[in-house]
Amino acid sequence: MADKTSTSEESPQDSTNAVVVPTSADSPVQFDDGAEVATDRVVESRRGSFGVHGSPDVSGYGGLVVNVALPQGTERPYGSWFDDIADQLIDVLGEKDYNDTVEQVVIYRDQMTIWVKREKLVEFFQTMRDDPVLRFEAAMGVSGVHWPNDKGRELHAVYQLRSYTHNRLVCVEVACPDEDPHIPSGTGVYPGLDWHERETYDFFGIIFDGHPHLTRIQMPDDWPGHPQRKDYPLGGIPVEYKGATTPPPNDRRAYS
Amino acid sequence: MSDTAYTSFSQADPGQKTADGDKVYTVNGGDWDTVLPPAEGERDRLVVNMGPQHPSTHGVLRMIIELEGETVLSNRSAIGYLHTGIEKNMEFRTWTQGVTFVTRMDYVAGLQNEFGYVLAVEKLLGIEDQIPERAQVLRVMVAELTRVSSHLVALATGGMELGALTGMTQGFRDREKILDLLEGITGLRMNNNWMRPGGVSTDLPEGFEKQIAETVKETRARAKDTTNLLVDNAIWMGRTQGISYLDLAGCMALGITGPILRATGLPWDLRKEQPYSGYENYEFEVPTQTTCDAYGRFLIRVAEIGESLNIVEQCLDRLQPGPHMIEDKKIGWPAQLVVGPDGQGNSLGHIQEIMGTSMEALIHHFKLVTEGFRVPAGQVYVATEHAKGEFGVQITSDGGTRPYRIHVREPSFNNLQAIGAMTEGGMLSDVVAGVASIDPVMGGVDR
Repeated sequence: MADKTSTSEESPQDSTNAVVVPTSADSPVQFDDGAEVATDRVVESRRGSFGVHGSPDVSGYGGLVVNVALPQGTERPYGSWFDDIADQLIDVLGEKDYNDTVEQVVIYRDQMTIWVKREKLVEFFQTMRDDPVLRFEAAMGVSGVHWPNDKGRELHAVYQLRSYTHNRLVCVEVACPDEDPHIPSGTGVYPGLDWHERETYDFFGIIFDGHPHLTRIQMPDDWPGHPQRKDYPLGGIPVEYKGATTPPPNDRRAYS
Repeated sequence: MSDTAYTSFSQADPGQKTADGDKVYTVNGGDWDTVLPPAEGERDRLVVNMGPQHPSTHGVLRMIIELEGETVLSNRSAIGYLHTGIEKNMEFRTWTQGVTFVTRMDYVAGLQNEFGYVLAVEKLLGIEDQIPERAQVLRVMVAELTRVSSHLVALATGGMELGALTGMTQGFRDREKILDLLEGITGLRMNNNWMRPGGVSTDLPEGFEKQIAETVKETRARAKDTTNLLVDNAIWMGRTQGISYLDLAGCMALGITGPILRATGLPWDLRKEQPYSGYENYEFEVPTQTTCDAYGRFLIRVAEIGESLNIVEQCLDRLQPGPHMIEDKKIGWPAQLVVGPDGQGNSLGHIQEIMGTSMEALIHHFKLVTEGFRVPAGQVYVATEHAKGEFGVQITSDGGTRPYRIHVREPSFNNLQAIGAMTEGGMLSDVVAGVASIDPVMGGVDR
């Protein structure tokens, strides 16, 4: 899981003057209290800035390399009630099944995100809902995140499960590759995921296997493409005012 | 139109063979039975498209209702008529500009959307502890005023849809008084764009507390008049009691929150369960009912109006002089915005400083306004108690000055899923009561 790649060394068009902006990719994230909470994983590496690519580059930013690193893989103890959840899951599922189901646990900003392998997702939901110690009665929803450069894990689905009994909330994250965008549907356990899964399918193209009627929900039925993906442009038209033209937001310079 | 063209409509279409051997029929309404008679042992079924342009569907909601007589056999909603790509648009603006987008989601309770959004951004920034006390109190105050106005709209439009037109005129009259306050504070009646990550954009106008206190008093009296029109009204009770039933198990299965959940007897309110922005310091009740029906939801909204007005009064007592924007200059908006005769704008003092005396202040202003601040890479989900239920904001940052992905878990969107479970097996006229009791705002449902 922790495939930390220093992309500045592998970059094909790397020039000698490449500058790597130090991110916390190689060092654990430090919180104010100094506790070591999570290590980071690079999901994307960007070059240049302000949309500058190739030569002639007079901006001085062409050699800039910025790594996007997300918090990953927190080590035990997690703190708060997060350990209780993990302990109970190990108790119920057994050590082996737990390791087959849970890829990693991320504690970030006082929130617990459990990464689950997609083939085990439904059983995992069932356990989370039915076990009296866990008892996450309701799923608040699911939404997608598209990381086109996270190879083999381009599409992420993030669920929120809420426990009224214990007053807790955990996030569940599942990843699937772009070539095989299938995740089992959670509607059998949490019927409330119905519309949320349809929306995630509509916007990201993630196919939730077993959903009773996985159709588009916001976009028209015959719409081509999945608009929230990063390879789908925002579109828009330029705005003209007193002879000057402002390009649409999609084509404006970006700082990141 | 010639006679022959006209008569051909009423004749049975023999059907035309396509190249694949399939038959294609052209039906023009009223002649379905010439093509397809009702199935064996079945009475006539009628599929009705209710909406999207219909005065009692609470907005551009379309319901595809299968009827047998006046009994609803199935009810499926079609949404998306108001989808404007807000979440996608936000990926192309700075974190601060995002506020103006979320406020347009559930436009009836825009300030509560802003509240959830700025709390989420602040959580990812890790600056929750640095938000000034005054900003927190002001946020709670406008959020509760917004809850009152949202519930008044729910009662007013719900009344209108069921034929209680006086409820509508009075509800909108009372709501306008609340909107007057919000206009005084933020410069706009709706789409306020007033909160900022780090605080709020403007302080209260001089001496405005008095006007708020007066309006709260007045609204309490007037809202009582309005709701008394309905609370013990025999027709209203006949239309809503026992209608669109959804019990606790149903609510949990479907992820329903807000007044619908509290009408099942569960006192679930995130302001009490997981307090944010200092809600633990206020005294208020969480009203519940045990009827699980449209009337119970109505009574809860009525009671919540009173509770929210109480919170607003407590806010006025708690307001202490102080800053309304975070100290951190890398995040706090540089301008001191003021409400002028032509709406919100930069204060003259600030313009004077950046244009006349300090070049560094000008550079700082320019950088922060055009580029914005950076938010550390990561992902958080923050839930607040919106007038309609749990308003969840899931934000993902790549460490840049713009959101990588924003998803809003809109309570209206989720709750509208329940319309089938609530109305199937009932009468067609009760569908209207069911939708009104969910109180979906389509701007929020479709985003």
